[in-house]
Amino acid sequence: MYEDVMKRRGEIVKRAVGVDYSKFEIEGVAFDYEKMMNEAGYSLDEIREIQFETQVGNTPLVELKNLTKLVRKYSPPGKGARIFLKDEVANPAGSFKDRRASVSVYHAKKHGYKGVIAATSGNYGAAVASQAAKRGLRCIVVQEAFDSHHVGQPEILEKGRACEAYGAEVVQLTVGPELFYYTLELLDETGYFDASLYTPFGIAGIETLGYEIATQLHRREGKFPDLVLVTHAGGGNVTGTARGLKLAKANNTQVVGVSVDLHGLHMASDRDFNRKSFTTGHTGFGIPFAVFPDRVDVPRNAARALRYLDRYLLVTQGEVFFTTEALAQVEGMMRGPAGNTSLTAALAMAREMDRDQIIVVQETEYTGAGKLPSAQLTFAKKMGVVVKNGDPIKEDEPGKVIAIPDSIDQIGTIEYPLEKLRNSYLKEIVKTYGKREYSDVEIKFISEDTRMTFDDVKKRLKEVL
Amino acid sequence: MKIHNVVLKTEERSSHLPQDTKKVPLEMWVNGFLMADAEMGAKVEISTLSGRVVSGTLVEINPRYTHDFGDPIPELLKIGPYLKHTLEGI
Repeated sequence: MYEDVMKRRGEIVKRAVGVDYSKFEIEGVAFDYEKMMNEAGYSLDEIREIQFETQVGNTPLVELKNLTKLVRKYSPPGKGARIFLKDEVANPAGSFKDRRASVSVYHAKKHGYKGVIAATSGNYGAAVASQAAKRGLRCIVVQEAFDSHHVGQPEILEKGRACEAYGAEVVQLTVGPELFYYTLELLDETGYFDASLYTPFGIAGIETLGYEIATQLHRREGKFPDLVLVTHAGGGNVTGTARGLKLAKANNTQVVGVSVDLHGLHMASDRDFNRKSFTTGHTGFGIPFAVFPDRVDVPRNAARALRYLDRYLLVTQGEVFFTTEALAQVEGMMRGPAGNTSLTAALAMAREMDRDQIIVVQETEYTGAGKLPSAQLTFAKKMGVVVKNGDPIKEDEPGKVIAIPDSIDQIGTIEYPLEKLRNSYLKEIVKTYGKREYSDVEIKFISEDTRMTFDDVKKRLKEVL
Repeated sequence: MKIHNVVLKTEERSSHLPQDTKKVPLEMWVNGFLMADAEMGAKVEISTLSGRVVSGTLVEINPRYTHDFGDPIPELLKIGPYLKHTLEGI
């Protein structure tokens, strides 16, 4: 059964996504990314209309004055940038994922599909379920939810509840990458649309987020952001936001990705599954998806983080819990916690930037039972993880110790060099394509896909080989 | 109603798995409305929220959402008062 379905994978996906990806192939490694985004996606104006119809986008951009004040107390003279937050919780299902879902579900409806299926344990499920409800389509969400003892990650259980509240069927599975096999089987059985996270339309849906940040800030402050911090997992958030900023001509805005450091935890491990307090926005997705974007459920991934990242920073679980608590206590905004990953980095970055500079943190998400730091930390303690106050970077051990800072100046970041990601990208290319010679066309593609020079790619490919 | 199924037995699972995951089957749960009266543990058919008919073992009646807000966490509780006190001094 498994083998049979996996063999028919290409055919099932083609019917379920409705995109002929072969049109964009050039040769070997190379495909025409911009052509794919232009032909298979939608224009910014079309997306704004699609999202307006279903109440998505135009979320408030708020200045976090109290957090900025607190950061300045611990900053050198003249330092302490202003921090703004894009309050994406104002989308109908409570996160930026509604932007992605809105275009996928619109596309499915337009092409006559009766329903949509999404394989996700994250906010995207609720977003697809909510958009499907608005457009009158049926919806199935497939979640990786339990370990082999039927113990569920509380954050994922909450997202399952939200999906059912929006009328979706929720299929819950134990740990394992075969979730994609089961999703294929469901796509085959139902004939529904595959609301994959990585289609050109899904990614294009996020472009409005970058565009709104640039235009809202410009209207208010007369300038574009100096820095936009993006929580990075599968790459869609970085890609869509950066493309939207460029569409608004915010060409000098730095785009920095931020993930929670979960080094040492294996994403497909039955044991490790319930020893992490973050189910998204972490390095377990952030690194593999950046270095091998096409590992996804569609032939070519529209989310390509290395094309857009200026820097990549890591923060720890304890730091994000602190920041989540701080956002609620001094800004009166109960959000997150996973969505506060990039806000955490903002508290550290602002200390090093000038007072007249502006950082925009580009998302928030809804919170509540299962998601709140208290829910996550109670669960972590039950799973044997030590929760303590202490140095959040030195004492942090994913799966073993969560160290929550005592004060705001203990929040720092860990720089993950883009060069390291680029090298891993080249290694993945060699592993996947299994060849020693690459044409100039392929090298040109790699250089665009990783922001390396043509000669650098040539030289480093030789080193990897 | 909640039903349970084994989707893949251990020997049917993907070959690219960590050792601990390899040792256990891939299991599935889904909620829906019972198509005919049945006892717990019986093989049943349900109609799901998307309208599919799925069969499996009946494991729960009126399944409850079990996740909650958690216990008070002392390591977190001190953050608010510390930040507010600091702000008052600025």
